[in-house]
Amino acid sequence: MVGLFAILILTLLVLRLPVGDSLTLLYQGAFGSEAGVHRTLVRAIPLVLCGLGVIVAWRAGMYNIGGEGQFVAGGIAAAAAVKPLFAMAQPPAWWVVFLLAGAASIGGGAAWGALAGWLYVKRGVEVVISTILLNFIALQLLVYLASGPLQESKHQLPLTDRLSSGMMLPKFNSQTDLHVGIFLALLTVVAVYIVLYKTKAGFCLRLVGENARVARANRINSGQVRLLSMALSGGLCGLAGGVEYAGVAGQLGSSFSQQWGFLAIPVALLAALNPIWLIPSAIYFAAILAGSKTMAGFVSDGTVLIYVIQAAAVLGLVAIRAYTSRRVIQTEAT
Amino acid sequence: MDLALLLVFSTPLALAAMGELVGQRSGVINIGLEGMMLIAAFLGVYVAKSTGSIPLAFLVPAIAGAALGLVSGFFTVRLGADQVVVGTAINFLALGATGLAYRSIYGTSGQLLDVAAMTKFWGIDGMVVLMLLLIPIIGFAIYRTNWGLVLRAAGDYPKAAEAAGYSVSRIRMQAVVIGGVFAGLAGAYLSLGVANSFAEGMTAGRGFVAIALVTFGRWRPLYVTLAALLIGYCQSLKFSLQESGVPAFVIVALLILSAIAVLGVVLARRVHYRNAAWILVFGGLAVSALLNLPKTVAVPSQLWLALPYVVALAVLIVVGKGTVAPGALGIAYKRER
Repeated sequence: MVGLFAILILTLLVLRLPVGDSLTLLYQGAFGSEAGVHRTLVRAIPLVLCGLGVIVAWRAGMYNIGGEGQFVAGGIAAAAAVKPLFAMAQPPAWWVVFLLAGAASIGGGAAWGALAGWLYVKRGVEVVISTILLNFIALQLLVYLASGPLQESKHQLPLTDRLSSGMMLPKFNSQTDLHVGIFLALLTVVAVYIVLYKTKAGFCLRLVGENARVARANRINSGQVRLLSMALSGGLCGLAGGVEYAGVAGQLGSSFSQQWGFLAIPVALLAALNPIWLIPSAIYFAAILAGSKTMAGFVSDGTVLIYVIQAAAVLGLVAIRAYTSRRVIQTEAT
Repeated sequence: MDLALLLVFSTPLALAAMGELVGQRSGVINIGLEGMMLIAAFLGVYVAKSTGSIPLAFLVPAIAGAALGLVSGFFTVRLGADQVVVGTAINFLALGATGLAYRSIYGTSGQLLDVAAMTKFWGIDGMVVLMLLLIPIIGFAIYRTNWGLVLRAAGDYPKAAEAAGYSVSRIRMQAVVIGGVFAGLAGAYLSLGVANSFAEGMTAGRGFVAIALVTFGRWRPLYVTLAALLIGYCQSLKFSLQESGVPAFVIVALLILSAIAVLGVVLARRVHYRNAAWILVFGGLAVSALLNLPKTVAVPSQLWLALPYVVALAVLIVVGKGTVAPGALGIAYKRER
């Protein structure tokens, strides 16, 4: 955590920004007011959900970097499932919309993730490559659907129909964006933690990722486990898309995805692929994203800043880990 | 189809894939290729803008690529860190660094950044020639030199290279730096030769497609370049088609071309009948679907944008990983173990 903070300060120094003022502004923007706290937490929701998706896949040795595509696939599935509701005379309650959108988004994301998993297991296609290709395909699919079959009923803008505020997830404060999806995110963290560490399936999943030979010696079908882990991972990232759709965006367009699936990868890595550590990690980066809104004078967009911080942090972590493990080997040798 | 345009579009892919091929033959998979290309693309435009010298605008990105290769190699080869994690970090670094530099130097107006087009003869320039020359050069270096033998040994069975008295980590570092140089040239050509501009995230997955091309081209220079031509063709389609609608014969030509490429590559490996069945299924489906498509509905432009990725993925599905991949690909070598 100290390291992350140091890297933030270093980045500010490299950018020749006034460190003290920037940090104050960042803090003010992220935690200084109720609006700021809400701004931070609402950004933490997709980071947590996608981060869980990353954890589930990477723990099984599947380098899923397609959270972005699975997020979009989830959003598409949610919008498609909700579309018939717009024809109803009486707009349905929010929980009806959310049950439908949530289930569809999990299905859509899981299908997108399982496709990459299946390609790996059956055809030996590297997950790193197939998931990134599927990202771009999902994005083009989104643009096509938003201006084609799923376009809003007036057929003017490349967007889907907008959910009315009564159909979206309830908010804590009508002035800010934070919605009840945060409870879902926390529940999912607990659920993933239990599955990974307290069930046999989770043990098999971690074993396959840790040492596939031992898993095979114990008659674990690692192909099946990996395929399932990719489906689960895609489902979680898809759910993030569904929650974003039903909670914040309310409609799909080409800018639906805000790189959540990408940003979540280092978030999960810096949490050491642990669901519990994911929460502070996600809040830290969500805070920088939210806080940088108030720093607009210095940095126009928090996302770029975050990329640099994340990259530096991951490389630092990798170096530290490699050095410590190297030392162990050397002492063994002498 | 304009042959020169096809070559120009394929060049960044082919250059990057060729560098990746050298790296993968030594056992290192460089996931950070995309990021290296992006940084090089920015540097190319920056140098060309500030000095006006095109040779310098290729030299600087090439050196930067080599430096990034050194950094990446330090983590993956010397420290033996996970190659996917390091590559992902480099991609993030590139996205952030180029975004920040672009915004602080050229502002955030979103105005298009123009660079003068490179001088071309018959639509072809030096980089295209280099791409074509690389096929025999890399082929010779890999298959006909002692260095190439050690390189392939380091990728297939590093213990053998080590036992013969060569340093696996040194040869891998060399390969990664060579890959970085080519990534730098590819990125610079992308901004200077193809787009004549820079935009944030302009590589748009080309680095990852290039990695896929190495698998598709079975780790052989000629096949990899042919594969790059196929994907470059798909990329150039959206520019040549958008004005005039989509004539059906172009689609047929595309399908035949891809079928030939796939068949050629796969048959060269004397494939199992199951793989041939895959090709028939895919080809048949694609032909029947696409032949009817232009007649019934106008093909959405997004299809053309997605086509390079779809084709790359479809090809990977058909050829699979196979048994020709370097044996120690993606596995860090540690002497002590």
